[in-house]
Amino acid sequence: MNPLVLTLRERPDQRLDLASLVPHRLAGMTVAEIEKIELQTTRRRVVLADVFRLRMGEAAHIRIEASSNRLDRIGHEMAGGEIVVEGDVGAWAGRLMADGHLTIHGSAGPWAASGMKGGTMEILGDAGDRLGGPAAGETAGMRGGIVLVRGRVGERAGDRMRRGTIVVEGAAGPYAGSRMIAGTLVVVGRTGPLPGYLMRRGTIVLDEGSDCMSPTFIDCGVHDLVTARLTAGFIAPYSARAARLFSTPLRRFAGDMAALGKGEIFTRP
Amino acid sequence: MQEMTVKGVRIDDTFAEAFGMRATAVLITADSIRWARQAALTMTGFATSVIGCGCEAGVAGEVAAEQTPDRRPGVRVLLFAVSTAELQKQLQARVAQCVLTSPGSACYAGLDGEETLRLGNALRYFGDGWQISKRFGSKHYWRIPVMDGEFLCEATTGLTKQAVGGGNLLIVGRTTQTTLAAAEVASAAIAKVPDVIAPFPGGIVRSGSKVGSKYKGVPASTNHAYCPTLRGAVVTALDPGAACVLEIVIDGLTSNAVAAAMAAGVAAIIELGPERGAMRISAGNYGGKLGPHHYHLRNLLP
Repeated sequence: MNPLVLTLRERPDQRLDLASLVPHRLAGMTVAEIEKIELQTTRRRVVLADVFRLRMGEAAHIRIEASSNRLDRIGHEMAGGEIVVEGDVGAWAGRLMADGHLTIHGSAGPWAASGMKGGTMEILGDAGDRLGGPAAGETAGMRGGIVLVRGRVGERAGDRMRRGTIVVEGAAGPYAGSRMIAGTLVVVGRTGPLPGYLMRRGTIVLDEGSDCMSPTFIDCGVHDLVTARLTAGFIAPYSARAARLFSTPLRRFAGDMAALGKGEIFTRP
Repeated sequence: MQEMTVKGVRIDDTFAEAFGMRATAVLITADSIRWARQAALTMTGFATSVIGCGCEAGVAGEVAAEQTPDRRPGVRVLLFAVSTAELQKQLQARVAQCVLTSPGSACYAGLDGEETLRLGNALRYFGDGWQISKRFGSKHYWRIPVMDGEFLCEATTGLTKQAVGGGNLLIVGRTTQTTLAAAEVASAAIAKVPDVIAPFPGGIVRSGSKVGSKYKGVPASTNHAYCPTLRGAVVTALDPGAACVLEIVIDGLTSNAVAAAMAAGVAAIIELGPERGAMRISAGNYGGKLGPHHYHLRNLLP
């Protein structure tokens, strides 16, 4: 495997849109064609060769080196293959991703994995607000796939999530799992106030608990459920730390009773 | 009819005639193997013959805890029926009445197939609105609140149209004790073959049947040619020394599995020998014109 490597020459002076740099769009393109891809987000035109050194390789395996938090929409609508980023990324990383692997050896900005449909996304640093959340006007956020964040996440992780799994090994900001429609959100670190705010259905699992649980979540007692074993089995290959959470019985809170109330938050008893 | 003799046991030069069936499988787990077995036995209790039970079902084997989705001990159950619709009906009714009700149970797909049958997708309505759908990767489960916690059930299970029902061995002996001993070792050997079941009690049937009857509306009746008490009164298939016949009926997910099971049964009977076991092995058929699968005993010898 000989990856296609893009090395950022220096931190760009405008935000760049990397939506076109995904395996299925680069497949079959020549070096000259790739170097002419426009990336600007302002009126000042920027082509790929202006900001990246390109080392040609298989488009199914893309490496972005010396990345910066000004690079937005990495892995946009990714349909397969692999993108590995060395460094931080900007907003909307992995937005509408459908398949493949996106790995970020750094931190991601807001709306990472927004509306994700499938595949695997791993963020070794932190993620910003609204991880997996919907874009303005959309009725659902993440609807498939698995997202792993080894660090912390900002506000409203998993906002309006409909399907799929998010595992956060660090802490989560306020309103984790807000307005969840379904799906699974696991937070190993401490969670900010009001997790599951207005969630309808879905599952949130908190290892270190929350700063403030909403009074609209009702204690259903401590249970040892088969579903915990299945969840553990599914996430163990991705995060042994998160899987260990399920080794003891968990306390179940049903809610948010201010919304439909068919969601649940599991915590340590 | 030509005969062969292997280690003193006579083998008729005949064949078992079997039919194509629809089949499915489920994996039942529980907190202990005792309760996984209990759910499986309850589900497959009245499932000996499609003639009267709607389906034929049995335990195909136990699955170690390390190999089940929830890491609890499990039992794999196979179900066979003559149509997809009947198989769906039987699967749904039996899992609902016998597995859902069993303490601590969970139920998973026991077979991969391009075509599927509804499992949890049918049972979820028991949750009365409190059922919870969970998807992990390509797997879809339903969690149904019940009085001991939750019944977890996979949404669908696979269906195969390659299944075969009606593989059989007729075991002929001099006494009921020795014939039963031969049938028991054969049944035990067949139980170790994957993807097959012997649906009758303990794998053994003592009332083999023929198609039709002298009475109107009776679809099957006693196989009089193999009844030892009628030996002198009818055209019999038994020789003078025979006092008992037991049959093993075998259903398998594939034709090869049925053949392997019959071969395992024949080998076990021959191994036991004619003194302690059976004097003769035969097989049931309908002349070869009804069923597409023919298993010739001479091809199954050890």
